[in-house]
Amino acid sequence: MLNLTQVSKQFANGFTALTDIDLTIQPGERISLVGSSGCGKSTLLRIMAGLESPSNGEVLFNDQPIVSPHPNVGLIFQDPRLMPWLTVWDNVQFGIHHLSGSQRNQITQTTLIKVGLLPFAQHLPHQLSGGMAQRVAIARALVTKPEILLLDEPFSALDALTRMKLQEHLLQIWQYDRPTLILVTHDIEEALIMSDRIVIMHPHPGRIHQEFILDLPYPRRRTDPILQAWKEHLLDQLDLSLPTSNFHLMPV
Amino acid sequence: MSPGIHDLPVEADSPLLSSARVTIWQRTWWRGWIVPIVLLVIWQTLGQVGFFPRNLLPTPSAVLSTLQGLTQTGEIWGHIGITLQRVAIGFVLGSAAATGLGVLTGYSRWLFQLLDPLLQALRSIPSLAWVPLFILWMGIYETSKVVLIAVGVFFPVYLNLVSGIQTVDRKLVEVGRIYRLKPYQLMIRVFFPATLPAYMVGLRGGLGLGWMFVVAAELMGASQGLGYLLVDGQTTGRADLTIASILLFAIFGKATDALIAAGSHRLLYWQDAYVARG
Repeated sequence: MLNLTQVSKQFANGFTALTDIDLTIQPGERISLVGSSGCGKSTLLRIMAGLESPSNGEVLFNDQPIVSPHPNVGLIFQDPRLMPWLTVWDNVQFGIHHLSGSQRNQITQTTLIKVGLLPFAQHLPHQLSGGMAQRVAIARALVTKPEILLLDEPFSALDALTRMKLQEHLLQIWQYDRPTLILVTHDIEEALIMSDRIVIMHPHPGRIHQEFILDLPYPRRRTDPILQAWKEHLLDQLDLSLPTSNFHLMPV
Repeated sequence: MSPGIHDLPVEADSPLLSSARVTIWQRTWWRGWIVPIVLLVIWQTLGQVGFFPRNLLPTPSAVLSTLQGLTQTGEIWGHIGITLQRVAIGFVLGSAAATGLGVLTGYSRWLFQLLDPLLQALRSIPSLAWVPLFILWMGIYETSKVVLIAVGVFFPVYLNLVSGIQTVDRKLVEVGRIYRLKPYQLMIRVFFPATLPAYMVGLRGGLGLGWMFVVAAELMGASQGLGYLLVDGQTTGRADLTIASILLFAIFGKATDALIAAGSHRLLYWQDAYVARG
């Protein structure tokens, strides 16, 4: 279980990215943090990952504070961030060098089968398409068998079709070990397809606006009228106003 | 329960396979020879009809026969050997010092602030300006020559290594942090391979300067070496000898550079390099 209490983040330059975030996330839950850019959702995820420390408040993972990256918390970035000098196979093994060689190879093989990339095990990152590279990144996170998988806009750099495929693919993979999925996205449809709970965040300063529970069965159809209704409702909740400082740039 | 992900379509990309590069190279290597061969033929013909004064610009065939003569007496091997030895020792010393210092100042901001300004200042001294001092300190024999070469090798290696380390992708380092690599693991598994391309460029540049400085060192005063042959040709008025030693410098300079280039190609096979076509 992940517990955030009164988490705030102020950067050295005085910018307040987050104020008073309270959030409890249950094991196996699929939750999305949605908001426009500047709402602090990525910063919040980086704090959960232990890459940043909060200025105030704390993040407890199974009652232990997270102060640095935790072995049972995986993170998938917006870009694949594969090591360009390692093959797909070696990239997937990147985080499990503490295991024995045979264990490592076995986990790598099963995981590459899960993401459907075993035939590409000996390829180098530059030989992969964007979608394939991101699947390698997913595999690299999965081999550590994380209890929590943090995803920082993992599909936003991909084309629309690949994005849809990977969203469904990730939900299928989720079935194996059912880790907690914490997804940061600015794409409401992505959140609706993937999550049990949606947290809407507002910017300036970043804060939680509202939470919604989605009690809908999976797999969800994008064209489902219920989903469409949700989409409209959630869009209304987003603070889409521009920061006031930008207004003087607009033509009068 | 088990989802049917095995049927997930795999986008078949068309990776730029290295075998394709090899084929391109095999088909096109001869293109580089066209211009030099044409020039040689022109030079030989003009020389034979007496267009050039022979004592100043001997024909290619005369240069070749001079080389042949030196080879037959066996004299040439001593010159080549000592020059190669000087370059090798100077290169190893210079690049070792540059690697050590580069790693220190690259990883430690504090050491960078402490040492880099001094090194940059030293770099702005034209390296040949050291020659009189080195001869004064270390004598006219091997030590001063090797040290001069090492100084020449040092800077390209140092500069490339430091900038290589300092420009390692922050995002990849973050991946290392997420997987909780210890500092030395981060160094070996992320920094080292990420820095390698810049480092190899530095080594190649350093070797080039090493060859430049061995000429300078041997011009200053040597009783053996290819640089000595250059001067010997000048003082005895034998342009063929000077041209022959220039040719030998070219051959060995190119050969050692090709060695490093081949090594770097092997080490950096993973790079997504651009291959020009047509």
